[in-house]
Amino acid sequence: MIDFDHVHFRRGTRAVLHDVTFTVRPGETVALVGRSGAGKSTVLKLINRMLEPDDGIVRVDGRDTRAWDSTSLRRHTGYVLQEVGLFPHMTVTRNVGLVPALLQWPPARIQARTDELLDLVGLPPDEFGSRWPDELSGGQRQRVGVARALAADPPVVLMDEPFGSLDPITRAELHREFRRIQQQVRKTVVLVTHDMREAFALADRVGVLDEGMLVAYDEPSVLRASSQPAVALLLESCQ
Amino acid sequence: MSGLIAFWSSHAAEVWALLAQHIALVLVSTLVAIAIGVPIGIIAARRPRIGGPLAAAASVIQTVPSLALFGFLLPLPLVGGVGARTALAALILYALLPVIRTTAAGLQSIDAAILEAADAMGMTAGQRLTQVELPLAMPSIIAGIRVAAVIGVGTVTIAAAIGAGGLGEYIYRGLSMVDATVILAGAVPVAALAMIVDGGLLLVERGLRRRRRTRRFSRVAAAALMLLVLAATAFAAWPRPERIVVGSKNFTEQVILGELMAQTIERYAGRAVDRRLNLGGTFICDRAIQTGDIDLYVEYSGTALTAVFKRSVQRDPRVVLEQVRQLYADTGRSMLAPLGFSNTFAILVRAADARERGLTRLSQLAAHAPGWRAAFGYEFLDRPDGYSGLAATYGLRFLEPPRAMDLTLVYRALAEGQVDVVAGDATAGLIDALHLSMLEDDRQYFPPYDAVPVMHAPTLLRHPEIGRAIARLSGRVTAAAMRRMNYAVDAQRADPAAVVRTFLDELDRR
Repeated sequence: MIDFDHVHFRRGTRAVLHDVTFTVRPGETVALVGRSGAGKSTVLKLINRMLEPDDGIVRVDGRDTRAWDSTSLRRHTGYVLQEVGLFPHMTVTRNVGLVPALLQWPPARIQARTDELLDLVGLPPDEFGSRWPDELSGGQRQRVGVARALAADPPVVLMDEPFGSLDPITRAELHREFRRIQQQVRKTVVLVTHDMREAFALADRVGVLDEGMLVAYDEPSVLRASSQPAVALLLESCQ
Repeated sequence: MSGLIAFWSSHAAEVWALLAQHIALVLVSTLVAIAIGVPIGIIAARRPRIGGPLAAAASVIQTVPSLALFGFLLPLPLVGGVGARTALAALILYALLPVIRTTAAGLQSIDAAILEAADAMGMTAGQRLTQVELPLAMPSIIAGIRVAAVIGVGTVTIAAAIGAGGLGEYIYRGLSMVDATVILAGAVPVAALAMIVDGGLLLVERGLRRRRRTRRFSRVAAAALMLLVLAATAFAAWPRPERIVVGSKNFTEQVILGELMAQTIERYAGRAVDRRLNLGGTFICDRAIQTGDIDLYVEYSGTALTAVFKRSVQRDPRVVLEQVRQLYADTGRSMLAPLGFSNTFAILVRAADARERGLTRLSQLAAHAPGWRAAFGYEFLDRPDGYSGLAATYGLRFLEPPRAMDLTLVYRALAEGQVDVVAGDATAGLIDALHLSMLEDDRQYFPPYDAVPVMHAPTLLRHPEIGRAIARLSGRVTAAAMRRMNYAVDAQRADPAAVVRTFLDELDRR
């Protein structure tokens, strides 16, 4: 589904990503872990072509991202940000229905889809649909963000520290919700986090980024036993 | 207060027309400024290297005083000339800065996460701008429009000086008649208009900030578009048939003379006349005559020689008239026969002071000047036949450098004791009304200022009947008659049109 093939990315002379290679299988949830500045968000932006690699190839659906039209690639890729980025001048319903509207779905279909999604993320549309983003709690806003990312039924969903700014109780609740939703929709998910515990709780496979290099990429049970110093350091931090 | 209401009710039609002109000028200039300023603001927010200098230029324009800006624009092709066009150009320039600045600020203050989300969702640049950025920047943009519109309401007032119309006409008319009621008749509605515009747009801005609906945005856009269409229609339908346009400068005698020219043409040549009275000075009137924006106004021979043609001062009235006639004829303007009176400068003091000190001649003034303060009009201070020559001829040195003051204010300033010496017009009606005394020019310093009608030559060639009509007045408007008419308007608050009608009726009977 997603292939990174010896990808390099530089910002000026500084290497942000160095020779990164990995594959995400359809329907799989992959978490990328690493310290701030390890290059995690850059990986996400390379997938929906908000950035392009300096070297190597990024493929989505077997096709080089540079061969994709970036606008249609992005409309087929859900994106959830840490700051959520809900549009403050639009209601919850309009925020969720935005990508379908950009794809020019008929209004009735958009309405049905947003209702369905708000139910899926646990926000009854009758109660929440006409609210404004500033009338929601942090957790509710993040749920809307997830619903918005899923709106056009994209095969791939990218999540950039989606639960990073939430309190521990809300975060645990959303972790449960995420697993429930993922069981229903089976998307290919790439999730970025600096929290090893979150990665282990949500992902099928976990990649560890250290100074732009992918130093480990495996199932949680294998990683737990790893002796790699960068992995060990991250593991230590969540003991 | 009751005088004000009486004035409004007796001038109702004119008040409404001026108010409508005022609103139309503000509306059109603000809408054009939005159409130009918002795109520049967007560029300024995106590409500071291009937008920065544009915003800086708008900011420099903002610091130019409005009368000076009108002066710069007058001689330019397309935007220049006397009337609404120049006013619009200046108003648009003034309104640009607030619109550009608030558009750029509104766009730059949008949260980066929101823009990233818009990109990540696959919005094109245009979709991001219209669906996300402009709606979020809208309260800020409306705030800029509000500032621009309120500045506009005030600036239009000054635009009356170049014949753009609007409520400023009452303010200028009131100033030249020294009539507070007439000033208030213009100033009160201007203030009210400014408050209404300010308050109304503030409500829109608050509404947008409270509930930031895109639907509301499109409604605002639709309303703005509708207003634009309405204003454009109103402007296109503005009546401008081929009529003779009479101008005048902005003091009482000139307004009366303008009215005299207008009524003479209406009465004896049977042509409809547009009155562009109260234009802001010699320079503006002369520009307008050259371009044909006005067809006729009354100039003074001495002023024409020194201020219009920059020639050195001459004392012999015949020589001056002949020279000026030739200079006008060489440059596409036609001087008609002199009206009969000469409006020379008059150096004035309070009659009481003159009596006490036995002061009757200018040569006696040097002895008193070191203890006195003087005030002169802007033109008098600058002109070669003005203050500097006067001071040299009579050895005058005042207590402090003379104050520059609007010509309409010097009589009142003198009567109220703010200053002790002023330069006014020899035919000013206020001289008698305010008990002022004129000092004799015993060293013949002031050149002659014979009143002469000046016409745009092509108009005279097309309409010789106008020249014949004006010729009936030749030599018949005496200094005494002029002073009487000035007095009737200045001191007795008579309507200039009525005063002129009486004068022409008397002339017909003789």
